[in-house]
Amino acid sequence: MPNMVVCCKQVIDPEAPPASFKIDPSTNKVIPPAGVPPVISPFDEQAVEAALRIKDKHGGKITVISLGNNLLRDVVKKPLSMGADELVLLEDAAFEEGDSWSTAYALSMAIKKIGEYDLIFCGRQAADWDAGQVGCGIAEILGIPCVTLAKNVEFIDGKAKVERVIPDGYQVIEVTLPAVITVSNELGEARYATLKGIMAAAKKQPTVWKPADIGVNPSEVGAAGRRTKLVKLFQPVKEGKCELIEADSPAEAGAKLAQRLREAKLI
Amino acid sequence: MADYKGVLVFGEIADGKLTSITAELLGCGRRLADELKEELICILVGDKVADAANSAISSGADKVYIAEDPLLKEYQTDAYLAVMEKATKDIMPRILLFGQTAIGRDLAPRLAFRLGTGLSMDCVELNIDPGTKLLQQTRPVYGGNARATFTSEIFPQMATVRQKAMTPLEPDASRKGEIIPLKVEIDPAKIRAKVVQTVKEEVVGIKLEDAQTVVAGGRGIGGPEGFKQLEELAKLLKGAVGASRPPCDNKWVPETIQIGLTGKIVTPELYIAVGISGASQHIAGCSGAKNIVAINKDPEANIFKEARFGVVGDWKQVLPAFTEKIKELLAS
Repeated sequence: MPNMVVCCKQVIDPEAPPASFKIDPSTNKVIPPAGVPPVISPFDEQAVEAALRIKDKHGGKITVISLGNNLLRDVVKKPLSMGADELVLLEDAAFEEGDSWSTAYALSMAIKKIGEYDLIFCGRQAADWDAGQVGCGIAEILGIPCVTLAKNVEFIDGKAKVERVIPDGYQVIEVTLPAVITVSNELGEARYATLKGIMAAAKKQPTVWKPADIGVNPSEVGAAGRRTKLVKLFQPVKEGKCELIEADSPAEAGAKLAQRLREAKLI
Repeated sequence: MADYKGVLVFGEIADGKLTSITAELLGCGRRLADELKEELICILVGDKVADAANSAISSGADKVYIAEDPLLKEYQTDAYLAVMEKATKDIMPRILLFGQTAIGRDLAPRLAFRLGTGLSMDCVELNIDPGTKLLQQTRPVYGGNARATFTSEIFPQMATVRQKAMTPLEPDASRKGEIIPLKVEIDPAKIRAKVVQTVKEEVVGIKLEDAQTVVAGGRGIGGPEGFKQLEELAKLLKGAVGASRPPCDNKWVPETIQIGLTGKIVTPELYIAVGISGASQHIAGCSGAKNIVAINKDPEANIFKEARFGVVGDWKQVLPAFTEKIKELLAS
């Protein structure tokens, strides 16, 4: 039965209305929208789903790791309520403001401490920084293979068979274990938490690890461990000059639109 | 650090030819190399790549390294990684660029971690800081809601570049350059992730990425039937049909026609968005279109901020009349 680890990131809800998205230019940080709670990054939820599908078929154990500071328990416990077994939180001010490097390093050290792992799942990229590097980074630090952009993962004879999304279809990749798999949206929707799952999750206490617990120096993780420097975070200015076609009925507006496109030599 | 010189582009080849992203990378790389007064170098990896080396030179490269081996016929991470690790350590470029493609997405992060350097993915702007001579890397973040500029002080500075974000040079066959074969040694036993099969979906009609007109549908289309109407319109305009993420997630249409951050990037002359609200992650895939036309019943929909022309209304009523009128105009 496979031992599985899933890395899940708490992020600002990417489904929040675009108009609520604001940046504080003095700190180069996003201001969390009022009244919209954070969520687990959607690709990471699908990574949990990929692990659960394997657990449904083969059994095994799923440990979820989240990294950050002041993580909201209701948010980070969601994978437990979906059916994951354990939750490890790398929670400390030192873990904050990392880049792909410092994050992959801390996660890898935590995975080493967990010790037994066959499959490590990550989302293809996080919904905040969209970097898409952490899964590959963990694989490199642990010295194991990685298959990116998975839409289907099967556990067969001590190996994994992965369907990897490419622009015009998919590849079937066979990979030795342990391996990291990054999950793409084509995998399909993550399951909902069940009532039973929510009650079980409420009773479970996450294990909290500080940098010292995973044998790393605070200067190697978070902001201090970065290898890239954020110079500026900004919102591109949009002109927003849309010519709205108005008419007495929607059908008439449709016809007028066609006429207008012809005048503009677009058709 | 003074030993790191030049701009290295990882080139990709399809059907024996340089891909369009490679020409774009060379166009951008040429500008960066000229600003640094250094060389532009391209590396081509595959089973037979020598024929494409000359076109890399006509597209701007001063030097082309070629790494050929039957084991490199198809992209497999471990094999390509070994080749690129050795080549990068030998060439020691200041800047190393990849396309944000199925290969670049997989290979660039792995190589960056192996080399111990920083990397920015999916860049849309690259510039040399006049003071520090460091590469400034700008990329969309937060699903396209914002942009961030990064830099790093470790060499090589690495970036992957979004497709169609950079302009290629006009190919010039009179350009001179040097072609250098690399010695390749790959141990097949070290390939841990093996491609055992490639399944390609047949494309009927014009490829989405090449279409000059794209008709795209979103959640508002409501089901697979609605897409038939979009297909009719696309056929009329000699274009292709695309979709935002919800229709793909709901299996109304194949995943391969998804446009957006997690799908394809299109830059047609005309982009007709039907029942698409315009979430940032979708806009990431179509903001390069010359003209966006939006049909949506919600006047507050974000897509109207991107559009040049729009109709606020139910597409089920707007579209048939629109299509009919287009038929009439095209016939006249």
